[in-house]
Amino acid sequence: MKGYKKIFSLALCAALTASLLGGCASDSAEENDAEAEEEEAAVQTLTVSDPEYYTRFKDDGLSINVYNWGEYISTGADEGTLDVNAEFTKLTGIKVNYTNYATNEELYAKLKGGGAAYDVIIPSDYMISKMIKENMIQKLDFDNIPNYEYIMPNFRDLAYDPQNEYSVPYTWGTVGIIYDATVVDMDKEDIDWDILWNEDYADQILMFDNPRDAFAIAETLNGISMNTEDTEELETAARSLMKQKSIVQGYVMDEIFDKMGAGDALIAPYYAGDALTILEENDSLDFVVPKSGTNLFIDAMCVPVGARQKEAAEMYINFMCEPDIAFANIDYICYSTPHQAAYDMLDEEVRTSPISYPDEEFIAEKTTVFVNLSDEANKEMQDLWTEMKSAEDENVNTWIAPIFLILCMITIIVVLIRRHIKNKKDIF
Amino acid sequence: MKLKYFSAPYLVWMVVFILVPLLMVAYFAFTNDNGAFTIKHVSAVGEYTNIFVRSVWLSLIATAVCLVVAYPVAFFLSRMDKHKQGTMLMIVMLPMWMNFLLRTYAWMTILGNKGIINHLLTLAGLEPVKLINTSGAVVLGMVYNYLPFMILPLYSVMEKIDKSVIEAASDLGCNSVSSLFRVIVPLSLPGIMSGITMVFVPAISTFIISRMLGGGSNLLIGDLIEMQFLGNSYNPHLGAAISLVLMALILVIMTVMNQFSPDDQVLM
Repeated sequence: MKGYKKIFSLALCAALTASLLGGCASDSAEENDAEAEEEEAAVQTLTVSDPEYYTRFKDDGLSINVYNWGEYISTGADEGTLDVNAEFTKLTGIKVNYTNYATNEELYAKLKGGGAAYDVIIPSDYMISKMIKENMIQKLDFDNIPNYEYIMPNFRDLAYDPQNEYSVPYTWGTVGIIYDATVVDMDKEDIDWDILWNEDYADQILMFDNPRDAFAIAETLNGISMNTEDTEELETAARSLMKQKSIVQGYVMDEIFDKMGAGDALIAPYYAGDALTILEENDSLDFVVPKSGTNLFIDAMCVPVGARQKEAAEMYINFMCEPDIAFANIDYICYSTPHQAAYDMLDEEVRTSPISYPDEEFIAEKTTVFVNLSDEANKEMQDLWTEMKSAEDENVNTWIAPIFLILCMITIIVVLIRRHIKNKKDIF
Repeated sequence: MKLKYFSAPYLVWMVVFILVPLLMVAYFAFTNDNGAFTIKHVSAVGEYTNIFVRSVWLSLIATAVCLVVAYPVAFFLSRMDKHKQGTMLMIVMLPMWMNFLLRTYAWMTILGNKGIINHLLTLAGLEPVKLINTSGAVVLGMVYNYLPFMILPLYSVMEKIDKSVIEAASDLGCNSVSSLFRVIVPLSLPGIMSGITMVFVPAISTFIISRMLGGGSNLLIGDLIEMQFLGNSYNPHLGAAISLVLMALILVIMTVMNQFSPDDQVLM
């Protein structure tokens, strides 16, 4: 889903780390000597709020299993950035087994299937509410996560976790439209979801290959809530998608990145954070968050039921909320942060970017966070989606299957009879 | 007699990794979430007939194309000098050393709207053609990826056809066409059969080729099964039921195929 995360943003990095150096210089006295020495060469330094808290398990030889999206953490690959997992191990003595998944559904299937014990997972909003409902994640002990205080108030107590007992927000973002501004001759303000239905761009449009995201777009187009469970409304959305099918070039997810970059398509929906990465590499492309409304997604850290090291997992979550770490991560992955201190550390240019941080009024009024749908609605949506996707617009004859099967049967019978006769002859 | 105990490791392997999973597929297909028996899922597979038809149809075309392309290749390969054969075989196998996904990915750039082929067409002053995201592209992907599986069994059978048999046919008055159809084809029948099996079975159950080259609107059975596990609604029971029906379908088709092979050759 959000596979292509930022790998390089050298220019931005240089600017940010430079400004950071100034900001962090006064704090570095708090660090112990060994660490300070080691990090002299590094550009970004790490200061934690309560070093004592992190050393509780120092000598226990613990390890935790962290399961996260691909390219969704700062790995220190860019010069002068922090390798978050390595820093955690260095600080706490807890080893981090870090693995990736590509979609929420993959994460769900993995947990549901059992056999894997994860301590920290980072699902999206609707998946969190689904997992809460199915008792797959457990309540967090927020006494162990004092850094929760940094989370902005408008990212607490959201619909997917109303009392905010299960999750700590990690990143957020919106879905918008990425398009080739040199070909699409429209004012940026005028571009809305209906451009994905515009026949002038037939065969130049890409669409999400994921029912939930695709339905959300069709539902917004029709003025329906993207959390609807109403059969008729779902069918209305499915009809829109069906109508769109003839002008859609392909249903893709991560390929949007390559196809838009290569100029294979002109218009596609995409996640704001990833879109920024393409825009940086490609001057002709532009990105707009449609004013009629869009999906706001939040990825949050949770501890699944069956985690072996809950306290260590909470320590890891707390660590991810350390201002320095949260900043390093958000700087690397380019999504938007719900972390106040990390936000304050960002460049002015990023903080005021309408792509990463649309104004609060827009967020409050025009964006919707997915909640989990009932099993029936999910199934309904999946069925409508499969039906739409497999509908024939080419002329494949429906008689082929029965005729083919009958021919098979006839051949078997004929051959068997012939063989039988032959065998009889052989006897004499 | 004691030698048969050496097959014990494989027997264990077969039970643990083939038999048990198969039984689990069957179990999932016939039960609901509470583990109670139901045929709901198996009968629901009927809704997807058109996807089954498309899968069978596309993979049959791909198999036929593979056979037509591979047969002459395998024949001339088997008639070459021994030392040249090794080199040629390596060239046939070479693409298989590369990752399957990577190879398919390469086709995306070749067939794309602004891809290599359309770029050349535009340079030649022709209109670009829509190549990717069509069922033709899916067939092309199957043929490209599975062609070696057709060439290799054909080659290994043809290599064993004695040159003198063909000469004898000529001596007895066969022209080249009739010696092909009366001598070479019947002798290479086992190779044709196993080649067809090895291309058809993976082709009918593939999902990544249709995803990447079919643009997501040419759903095959493989995509459908994948959607049950990693899609919007997690339904392993329906997924297992579809897999089971697919297996039954392949079994039927393979039985038909086997009717054409010599009596002592049973390939399944």
